[in-house]
Amino acid sequence: MAQSEQEILEGLAEIVNEETGLDTASVEMDKSFTEDLDIDSLSMMTIVVNAEEKFGVRIPDSEVKNLKTVRDAVTFIAGAQS
Amino acid sequence: MTSNRDRRVVVTGLGATTPLGGTATETWEALLAGRSGARPMEFDWVAKYELPVTFAATIATPPGDVLAKVETRRLDPSSQYALIAAREAWADAGKPEVEPERLGAAIGSGIGGVWTLLDQWDNLREKGPRRVYPLAVPMLMPNGPAAAVSLDLGARAGAHTTVSACASGAESMGYAIDMIRTGRADVVVAGGTEAAVHPLPIAGFAAMQALSTRNDDPAKASRPYDTGRDGFVLGEGAAVIVLESEEHARARGARIYAELASVGMSADAHHITAPEPNGSGASRAMLYAVERADLSPTDIIHINAHATSTPVGDVAEYNAIKRAFGDHTDDLTVTATKSMTGHLLGAAGALEAVITIQSIHNRLVPATINLDEQDPEIALNVVTGEHQKLPDGDIAALNNSFGFGGHNVALAIRSI
Repeated sequence: MAQSEQEILEGLAEIVNEETGLDTASVEMDKSFTEDLDIDSLSMMTIVVNAEEKFGVRIPDSEVKNLKTVRDAVTFIAGAQS
Repeated sequence: MTSNRDRRVVVTGLGATTPLGGTATETWEALLAGRSGARPMEFDWVAKYELPVTFAATIATPPGDVLAKVETRRLDPSSQYALIAAREAWADAGKPEVEPERLGAAIGSGIGGVWTLLDQWDNLREKGPRRVYPLAVPMLMPNGPAAAVSLDLGARAGAHTTVSACASGAESMGYAIDMIRTGRADVVVAGGTEAAVHPLPIAGFAAMQALSTRNDDPAKASRPYDTGRDGFVLGEGAAVIVLESEEHARARGARIYAELASVGMSADAHHITAPEPNGSGASRAMLYAVERADLSPTDIIHINAHATSTPVGDVAEYNAIKRAFGDHTDDLTVTATKSMTGHLLGAAGALEAVITIQSIHNRLVPATINLDEQDPEIALNVVTGEHQKLPDGDIAALNNSFGFGGHNVALAIRSI
């Protein structure tokens, strides 16, 4: 079932919060995972796998490097759901 | 064997999270009150696996009550306990100002991240490799706790892990003494940790008949030296101390609990699990510690014994003490605090070092509980009933730790 971008953002923020302890409000569309949120590659892999489960999508490993910002991830997930 | 006390090593901070309390002070107060930390295990896996032992000395304060959620997620419980104890010890020492390159960490563990290892094995089998947590390896590695403490305190002189089963925690303190004596560090955060109240180690220890099976009365199960002892009670937790060169501690006006004067170590080379019956290896470790602390055997007035409550081990340690101290054995005030704490494996030696330091500092020895009828083969002067006062003036004590593999470690602690 496709979700709105806002729903995906909120769900993603919960995953990021659980893995890193970052406040969900800090997970904004234009934030960079590495530069703004200080998420390392290990945490990113956990976030990706948890996002796959939560949103019912498959995010190939080769795609992960393209997910630079929160918006990249939300857009990818929304596209994969549709 | 020569002493090397020209650079004395002193204790300036204590920390512990144990079956008796969430801090070193809470643990000490429970020891003086004679409380047992053993309790029934309220986990669904106890019935699921039909474990023959249904109790343990589980941690009193869950780490989730103390640590941030992300810390409990990204650290194995063994690292969580170590971090809690290290932060307490560091704060207790007044957060010493020290160059990161002169600050070390030495945290031992007997088993390492067994929870992570087996949880992730379940993930692999049930959900596939992609579901294995990317931090699985750094969480399960036995040096994880030392690394976590080093990262948290910014300790850059070295982060070390001694692994010698139930002597690991004591050995790490010996390692820390050497770091300071040899000039590698001015301050070292040292201790041991264990989080092995897990069905696999329980089943393994039970299979070797090492555990007490007094399921109907956990608080009475750990009974070192008693004729009714039937094995040890598995415990969990961590204990950590802050060690400093005396010069460094004095210069900053730190409170000094005691001097960690020396470590004596030996190996039995006798059997993988059974102690050498005549105690020659363990007695050598004790005598090395005495000598390196610039003491004579008759200067030792107190021993916090390893005494796990196993039928064979308690006698073997007595034989070793008798061999080392001869007639002076009768003058030793001995206690077996595992009667209350249970056996914390790789954290045991560290916890008992903390207790021995508290005993020397407060001049009080906690009583051994559950000693109703002393084994006639063990002619030791064991403190029972009320805790016992130690005399004023210069005093010294030993803390013994022995581990599967034939590892013997004795720490000598002197008043200051």
